[in-house]
Amino acid sequence: MLVDLFENRLALALIVVLGVPAVLVLYIVAVEALLTRVSRRVSAAVRPWLWLAPALGFLGVFLVYPTLATIYRSFQNRRGDAFSGLENYVWFFTRSDTLIALRNNVLWVLLLPLLVVALGLGIAVLVDRVRYEVVVKSVVFLPMAISFVAAGVIWRLMYDLNPNTGTLNAALDLVNGPRVAWLSTSPINNLMLILVGVWMFTGLAMVILSAGLKGISAELLEAARIDGANEREVFRFVILPLLAPTIAVVATTVIIFALKTFDIVYVMTNGNFETDVIANTMYKELFANGQQGRAAAVAVVLLLATVPVMILNVKRFKQQEEVR
Amino acid sequence: MTQAPIAVDLPTQEPAGGRRGKKRRPGSVLHVVLTIIMLMWAVPTLGLFVASFRTAEATNASGWWTAIIPPWEFTFGNYDYVLNRAGFWDSFVNSLFITIPATVLVVMVSAFAAYAFAWMHFPGRNAIFVVVVGLLVVPLQVTLIPVLALFRDASLGGYELNGTIMAVWLAHTGYGLPFAVYLLRNYVGGLPRSLFEAAEIDGAGHATIFFRLVLPMSVPVIASLVIFQFLWVWNDLLVALVYLGPVPANHPLSVTLANLTTNFGGNWQFVTAAAFVSMVVPILVFFALQRYFVRGITGGAVKG
Amino acid sequence: MRATRGQFRVVVVGGAALALVLAACGGGEEDGDGGEGGGDEELSGTVSFIGSWSGDEQDSFLAMVAPWEEETGVTVEYTGTRDLSQQLTTGIASGNLPDIAGLPGPGPMNDWYGQGALQPLDFVDFDTYSGATPEGFADLGMSEDGTLIGVFTKAAVKGLIYYNTAVWTAEPPATWADLETAAGGLATGETAQWCVGLESGATSGWPATDWIEDIVLRQAGPDVYDQWVAGELAWSAPEITAAFETFGSVLENSYGGSDYIVNTAFGRGANPMFEDPPGCVLHHQASFITDFFVNEAGATPEQFDFFPFPDIDPQYTGGVTGGGDLIGMFNDTPEARSLIEYLLTPEAQQIWVERGGFISANSGVPLDVYPDETSMRSAEILQNAQTFRFDGSDNMPAAMSDAFNRAMVAFAQNPGDLDSILAGLDETQTDAYAAD
Repeated sequence: MLVDLFENRLALALIVVLGVPAVLVLYIVAVEALLTRVSRRVSAAVRPWLWLAPALGFLGVFLVYPTLATIYRSFQNRRGDAFSGLENYVWFFTRSDTLIALRNNVLWVLLLPLLVVALGLGIAVLVDRVRYEVVVKSVVFLPMAISFVAAGVIWRLMYDLNPNTGTLNAALDLVNGPRVAWLSTSPINNLMLILVGVWMFTGLAMVILSAGLKGISAELLEAARIDGANEREVFRFVILPLLAPTIAVVATTVIIFALKTFDIVYVMTNGNFETDVIANTMYKELFANGQQGRAAAVAVVLLLATVPVMILNVKRFKQQEEVR
Repeated sequence: MTQAPIAVDLPTQEPAGGRRGKKRRPGSVLHVVLTIIMLMWAVPTLGLFVASFRTAEATNASGWWTAIIPPWEFTFGNYDYVLNRAGFWDSFVNSLFITIPATVLVVMVSAFAAYAFAWMHFPGRNAIFVVVVGLLVVPLQVTLIPVLALFRDASLGGYELNGTIMAVWLAHTGYGLPFAVYLLRNYVGGLPRSLFEAAEIDGAGHATIFFRLVLPMSVPVIASLVIFQFLWVWNDLLVALVYLGPVPANHPLSVTLANLTTNFGGNWQFVTAAAFVSMVVPILVFFALQRYFVRGITGGAVKG
Repeated sequence: MRATRGQFRVVVVGGAALALVLAACGGGEEDGDGGEGGGDEELSGTVSFIGSWSGDEQDSFLAMVAPWEEETGVTVEYTGTRDLSQQLTTGIASGNLPDIAGLPGPGPMNDWYGQGALQPLDFVDFDTYSGATPEGFADLGMSEDGTLIGVFTKAAVKGLIYYNTAVWTAEPPATWADLETAAGGLATGETAQWCVGLESGATSGWPATDWIEDIVLRQAGPDVYDQWVAGELAWSAPEITAAFETFGSVLENSYGGSDYIVNTAFGRGANPMFEDPPGCVLHHQASFITDFFVNEAGATPEQFDFFPFPDIDPQYTGGVTGGGDLIGMFNDTPEARSLIEYLLTPEAQQIWVERGGFISANSGVPLDVYPDETSMRSAEILQNAQTFRFDGSDNMPAAMSDAFNRAMVAFAQNPGDLDSILAGLDETQTDAYAAD
């Protein structure tokens, strides 16, 4: 049996390491080989779809289809056997606790991207100038690798009420400050949860922005400096405009993460003390309460909330097309 | 792949190593700022690290910072328990089997799509792209039930997808794509047009342009994508549990480690050790890909 | 496993016939052995099992099934999960269900039976099973149409009051009034009467729901308790309001104040009780808490002991609350049947009992096999209860039980908001029971 297991694993390992990339490369090679046999007009019309096909296939099955099913489901009752009109939406917008969740999400969407992008950009730019770049980046990146459960353990140690074990209160104790119940005092507790998010997600912004920064040619920066620009001006007039598209990508991503923020709240307070967020409401209705219709309605509200962000993105891409 | 036969008129850049000497002499303010930032980020992680070498009783009784001062009373008990958990190594291997293909799939498939979105013309291009990015917001949880039902109803030729490791890869690929396509399309779209025009004049087809030009030039952004996708899949608990169901032989590390604590949350101290144990591989990936975050690599790759 | 489904079908028929024969000729006592001894020639393959037991509990469960595996040659594939509701809800959608699973509560259990996912346990000898379990347990596993669909193996006794043996040296109090007087006398200076900790991640507040349940059962009686749990009595009713007020006075006399109470993990709640000087005299919790005393507070078993929750109104004497873990069957295979029958036997449960951390739901497990004094006495209380009631919040619809947990956190933080908290619970009650 052990041999079987080993053999299966070996086969699997081969598929994993060689098979998957080979299939993907072969797919594109085959597509292009096929397209050379048809007329130029046909190939130009078909090619984009064939290049997109794998992505659209995956997205169709795992995201588009379930989204359509969710929209449909949001108009149905609990058991999913009859239509209930807008009842699930009425429920969402008339409960005091879901409205508090909505308010908190607004807070998350405003603060998390602002802090994450600002810090991520700042760190990416600053570490670019020092020799211990890798050290700083690793330290900022580490939290991303920590599971939410473990993050819950450590941040409870940070926010603990008891100054003997709670880091923040111990620090306050040193300067004879007050003892603060960080997680149960509204509204600062929301800020404290957002800070956990900042701690976890700044690494993401930093890595992407740093990658973008490395793409800016050194000559350009040197040229600006030779022209007499000081470091602030180099940042303001060279780095910032060139990084703008990347910043937009990071900001959009973090805004969307903030919209569907769930794990941090679920692990730390589960929405008590007026810290609830809508994804947590959704999770609860979906799995614990067996209210799939309501959960679907919450998901649809989340979808609608991204529309303004998406409109801004379309505008940005049109600009990019014109410039390049 | 680095020996691209395409002559591209690029401004010549110095190799990566040469730049290092040119780094501006940073001021001491910069060092102070960076030190403060490092401290702010390291303190919670350090706290967790120290706690992972202490008993639950000790962590409850005194702050982790007191434990740093001798006499040290550290214990390897938490690590011992985690590493000797039944099924630990099997699930470690499973994690690799899930994470590697899910990462490769996402990177390749999203790169194809990003290239098409950025450099091909077709009707509805922007609309489709916005929908793809908009899918980022779809909460993973609501997709589970419809997709699982779909798999159940469409079991291909008697082959049941639910419960297999392959289902987990595929699912992670689907869930990872919106971010990946978005990130790559932005980068690939930002490459200079002259590059593509020159290649086309040389008679290069799309496959050649993609594999010899686009991919090598996108190495930094692909490196960051690999880091994130690897990390997310590696740490994922929900997708693995739901798609694998009651087949413990296929469970990844995250599932095995999540079961360290008891029903009522006892033994939480093992979670601290587990966090560092499961962090090792993603951190290695992060370090391994660090070298691609060096200025000049994109130019160098194309220049050949 | 899929490939062998066809073979299973044949065996199902055989197994069912065998079960019939056994039921026809076997007496109650032999029933437990039936699955073990009778079917072992036909049994093969695996039984998948999803439960909420993890860590040491998982190890103990596997030890418990090991003799059955050896006897039958069947392997138990166990998966532990934090969130049974999520796992089983998605499992039903995918059709990828375990053969046997722990169930999150009677509400979802009935839903899943209604959907045809959960299979009837008609092969279990009901009289033997219900005769050996505490009052009310067996009924909780019945569907609305009177079919047995869930069974209990592991139980917990709630409403035990723990004390530091160095501080509380008096006899157990006979009534709540006696307790208050005695505790009030011991609580001086830095020592409060009670230690309460409510933080528990996604279920924060539950230790206080146990408090309310214990108070309602003894202050207003079992009939009121049943009506309240069934959603027939409003939260703002005087009986329930009074229970909150009684608990409010406990909170007033608790260690650390409201910030401490709502922020402290329940497992560490009692830690001040073992400090010097003690932070409090008493701690109210279920039987499993002693593990936390040892692991989190560093207490030795001699340092603590407990007495049962005393009577409040003498006309409702002898009330006990408790809980347990339901088990149900999703795939009706002979192996699954055999395993469930085995798990219900006192012999199987004794294995986990001896390993510690397990109060058996089966009174056939002799008291002297319990490894320590506290678990033995807990089991004794369970077996001798005059009026036993299952944990009320576990028995309410999920949305109600969640709102109850949250309400307790809110109440502990701001006891002055009682009226609005109860009004909110009334609102949820209308919604949650109607939907169910």
